[in-house]
Amino acid sequence: MMRIFSKSPLHRAAALLVLVSSGMARVAHAVADLPGGPAVNQLNLHPPVTGIATDQSQLHWMMLVICAVIFVAVFSVMFYSIWKHRKSVGHKPADFHESFTVEVIWTAVPFLIVIGMALPATKVVIAMKDTTNADLTVKVTGMQWRWGYDYLRGEGEGIGFISALDRSQRILSDEGGPKAGSAVNDYLLKVDHPMVVPVGKKIRLILTANDVIHSWAVPSFGVHQDAIPGFVRDTWFRADEVGDYYGQCAKICGKEHAYMPIHVKVLSSVDYTKWVDAEKKKMSALADDPNKVWDVAELTKRGEVVYAANCAACHLPNGKGTGPIKPLDGSPLVLDADKNMQIMVLLNGRQGGVAAMPSWKQLSDTEIAAVITYTKNSWSNKTGELVQPSEIAQARK
Amino acid sequence: MSAVIDQPTHGHAGHTDHHDHHAPSGWRRWVYATNHKDIGTMYMLFSLTMLMIGGVMALLIRAELFQPGLQFINPELFNQLTTMHGLIMVFGAIMPGFVGFANWMIPLQIGASDMAFARMNNFSFWLLIPAALLLVTGFFLPGGAPSGGWTLYAPLTLQMGPAMDTSIFALHIMGASSIMGAINIIVTILNMRAPDMPLMKMPMFPWTWLITAFLLIAVMPVLAGAITMTLTDRHFGTNFFNAAGGGDPVLFQHIFWFFGHPEVYIMILPAFGVISQIVPAFSRKKLFGYTSMVYATSSIAILSFIVWGHHMFTTGFPVAGQLFFMYATMLIAVPTAVKIFNWIATMWRGSMTFETPMLFAVGFIFVFTMGGFTGLILAMAPIDIQIQDTYYVVAHFHYVLVAGSLFAMFAGYYYWSPRWTGVMYNETRGKLHFWWSLISFNVTFFPMHFLGLAGMPRRYADYPMQFTDFNAIASVGSFFFGFAQVFFLLFIVLPTMRGHGKPAPQRPWDGAEGLEWELPAPLPAHTFENPPKLDATATRIVG
Repeated sequence: MMRIFSKSPLHRAAALLVLVSSGMARVAHAVADLPGGPAVNQLNLHPPVTGIATDQSQLHWMMLVICAVIFVAVFSVMFYSIWKHRKSVGHKPADFHESFTVEVIWTAVPFLIVIGMALPATKVVIAMKDTTNADLTVKVTGMQWRWGYDYLRGEGEGIGFISALDRSQRILSDEGGPKAGSAVNDYLLKVDHPMVVPVGKKIRLILTANDVIHSWAVPSFGVHQDAIPGFVRDTWFRADEVGDYYGQCAKICGKEHAYMPIHVKVLSSVDYTKWVDAEKKKMSALADDPNKVWDVAELTKRGEVVYAANCAACHLPNGKGTGPIKPLDGSPLVLDADKNMQIMVLLNGRQGGVAAMPSWKQLSDTEIAAVITYTKNSWSNKTGELVQPSEIAQARK
Repeated sequence: MSAVIDQPTHGHAGHTDHHDHHAPSGWRRWVYATNHKDIGTMYMLFSLTMLMIGGVMALLIRAELFQPGLQFINPELFNQLTTMHGLIMVFGAIMPGFVGFANWMIPLQIGASDMAFARMNNFSFWLLIPAALLLVTGFFLPGGAPSGGWTLYAPLTLQMGPAMDTSIFALHIMGASSIMGAINIIVTILNMRAPDMPLMKMPMFPWTWLITAFLLIAVMPVLAGAITMTLTDRHFGTNFFNAAGGGDPVLFQHIFWFFGHPEVYIMILPAFGVISQIVPAFSRKKLFGYTSMVYATSSIAILSFIVWGHHMFTTGFPVAGQLFFMYATMLIAVPTAVKIFNWIATMWRGSMTFETPMLFAVGFIFVFTMGGFTGLILAMAPIDIQIQDTYYVVAHFHYVLVAGSLFAMFAGYYYWSPRWTGVMYNETRGKLHFWWSLISFNVTFFPMHFLGLAGMPRRYADYPMQFTDFNAIASVGSFFFGFAQVFFLLFIVLPTMRGHGKPAPQRPWDGAEGLEWELPAPLPAHTFENPPKLDATATRIVG
C-alpha cells in the first residue's frame, strides 16, 4: 500500500509545495531514496519487511482512515453550522442546551469505536513481545555514541564488533553538511561495521547500555527498543527480504545523539555463512597477542586508528577538545611521566566534571595502550614514552 | 475570610484611590501587590516574556534544522536549546499564563472580592522571577544549560554540569509557586463564591481550574521528588537512578510521567474552560451539556493518573503493562470527544459571529482535534513503537500545546482584555494575528507528521538528506509563526495596555453571560467588595 501511496497525486502535490516554499534547500540537494532507509519526502511508515512491521503499517492505515472519517464527519457538521447559523445571515439562536439521550449516545459511540481499535492492536502487542524460539541471539550494547554487537547464540556465535558512524560523515556534518549539488544518500546512516543477519530467521536482540539510555530503532523491521544501562531488555525481528536497512538512535543520549546510526545488512543464508567465516578469520587475524612488546612508532600508528574511531568525536582529531571537553594536546595528565593516571582515566572514566569522560574498559589492552601512546606522541606532545599492553592488563587487576 | 475583605473600603473608581495608603503606586503597587487583578497582569506579562525567550530558542533550533549539516550551532548547544525551550514553554509560558487568567477571572466570575490568600498570591508570583533567572542563566554556567531533554531522563542528567542543579532548584521553586497558586484557587472557589452560586452553576472556566488545581497539588510534589532524587544522585552518593550503583533509570521515567501526564492536562483543562466560555458567547446560546462538560473534565483528570506508561512503551513493558496503558489511554478519547461534541452542539443553530475570540476558539477546536487524533494513534502501542521519539510526537504535542493551550490563551485574551485594559483591541489586527498564526502554525508542524512517520528522531541536530524538504518548510513556517507572536505583543497587547483604542463598553460581546460582565466599565480596582445577590441562573446580579 505504502509504495503505491508514495507515487500518488498527494505526493506530487506535496513535492510542488516543497518546490514553492523552500526552493533553495530543494535545488541544492538532489538526493535519491535510500532503500531500507528514508525515501525523499516520505509521507508514511517505511515499507515493512517483517510481519510485525506489516501489522503496524496496517494498524496505522486503519487508524488513519477511521480518524479521517470521523474528523471529516464532525467538522462537516461544525462548518455547516458556521455557514448556516450565523448572525449575518439572520439566523436566530435556538435555546436548547441539554439532552441526556444525546450525551449518552455520543459517550457510548466513541467508547465502542476505541474498543474496536484496541482489539486488533492487542494481537500485535502480544506478537511483538514473543521473543521465544529465536534462531540467532545478538546482544546490542548502546554506548556514547556507538553500538556494540555481540553474537551470543546461533550461527556466528562469538562474533563481536563495534559499529560507529562513518567518520568522514561526522566531519561533513561539522563542515555544514553535504555541499550544494552533492547527494549523499546515506548521509548520517553509513557505519563502519554494519550488523549482519540472515534472512527469514528469527533474530532475538538483547539490549543494554554502558552509560545512558539509548534506543535501537529500525523502522523497516518495526523494532524500537530502549537500551537501558544496568538492565537487559529483549525484542525480536524476522526480516523477510534481503537488503540493507537503516535506523538511528531514538533516545537522547548526549551531544552526539544524532550521530549513532544503525545499519542492518540482511543476507541470504549462504551469504551469511560466508560472512560468518570471513568475520571469524578477520577476528583471529586481528586478535593481538597480549604479550607482544611494541615499539613507539608501531604503537602510535595503531593508536591513531583507535583514536579516530573512539576519541576524535569529542577530543577532536587535533586533540584540542571543545567547550567542556578537555584538550589532550598539551594536557599535563597526558604529558605526566606517571602513566598510571591516564590509564586509570581510560579504564574508569571520570565523573563529576562538566563533561564526564566515559570508561573505555571495553577496549582491548592493546587498543588502550596504543591510544595512550598515540596521545603521548602526537600534535605538540613529544614525550617519546609508550605504554605496553601488559601494563594495561596489570592496571585492570 | 481573608485579609482583603477586612480592609476598609476604597470606593469604586479604581484610578482615584491611588493615593490611599492601602493602594501603593509606582513600583510598590507591583512588588507589594495583593490585588488579584495586578497579580494576574504580572503573571501574564511574565508568561509573555517567557514565551518570547522560549520562542527565540525554538527559532534557533529551526534555523539549524533548515538544512542538513551543522551551520549555526553545535550539537551541545542544540541539545541545550531543545531542553530549555521545553522547560521554559511548559513551566514559564503555559502554566503561569493560565494562572494569570485564573487570578484575573476567577474572582470576577464567581463574585469574590479577591483571591482567598492575597499575600500568598503575591509570593507565588514573585517566586517565579528567581526561578526563571535560575533557569535561563544556566546557559552561562560552565558546560551550559541542561541538555538531556525537558524530560530530564536519568542517567543522562548525571552527566550534566552545574546548570542541572540550578534548573532543579528552579523547578522546585516553580513547583512551590504552583502549589500555592493551586491552594489559593481551590480555597477561593470553594469558599468565596457569591452565596447564590452553587458549584453546579459556576462558569466552566473556574470549574476547569478547580480540577486543574487538584491535579497540581497531586503531581507537583511528585516532580519535586523525582528531581530531588536526581540531585542527591548527582551530589550525595545516592543511587536511585544510577545503574552503575544499582539504581533503576526506568524508575525515573515512571515517577516523571506520573507527574508528566497529569501535567499535560494541567496545561489543557483551563484551555477547555476558556473555550467553553467563548463558544456560547459568540453563538448567543447557552453551553450545551454543562453537566456533562463538568463530568467529562473530571473524568479526564482522573484518567490522567493511570496513563503515564504510554510515554514508555519502548522501555520494554511486559505485555500486560503495554495493554493496560494502551487501553487506559484510548479511554481518554471518550470524554475528550464528548467535549468537542458539546462545543459543536453549542454552535449548532446558534447565531454566530466571528470576532477574534471566536476565531481562535473555532481554530482551537479544529486544530486541537487533529492533535487529539494523533494522540489516539500514538496511544496504540504497536504504532507507537514506530513513531515514539520521532517528529510525529513533536507534531502531536505542539498541536495540543500550541494550537491547544496557546490558542485558547489568545482566545481568552481577546475575549477578556476589554475588561482588563478598559479598551478594545484592534479587531483587524486581531483577525490578522489569528489567520497568520493558524496558517504558519500548520506550515510549521504539519510536515513534522511526515518526518516522524518516515522515522526522523526528535532532538537531532542534523539529519539524513531525505528529510531536507519538510524540515525546510517547517523552519520557514516557524519564523512566520514567531513573527506573528511578536506582532501580537507589539501591536495588540502593548497598545491596549497603554490604553490606546476605543473605550470598552461594559458588555462588548452581546452574547456573553456571567458576572464579569455585570461590573461597570472601566473596571474598578476592587470589585465585589460585598457578595452580590444573583438571579436563579447565577449569571446576573439582581437588586
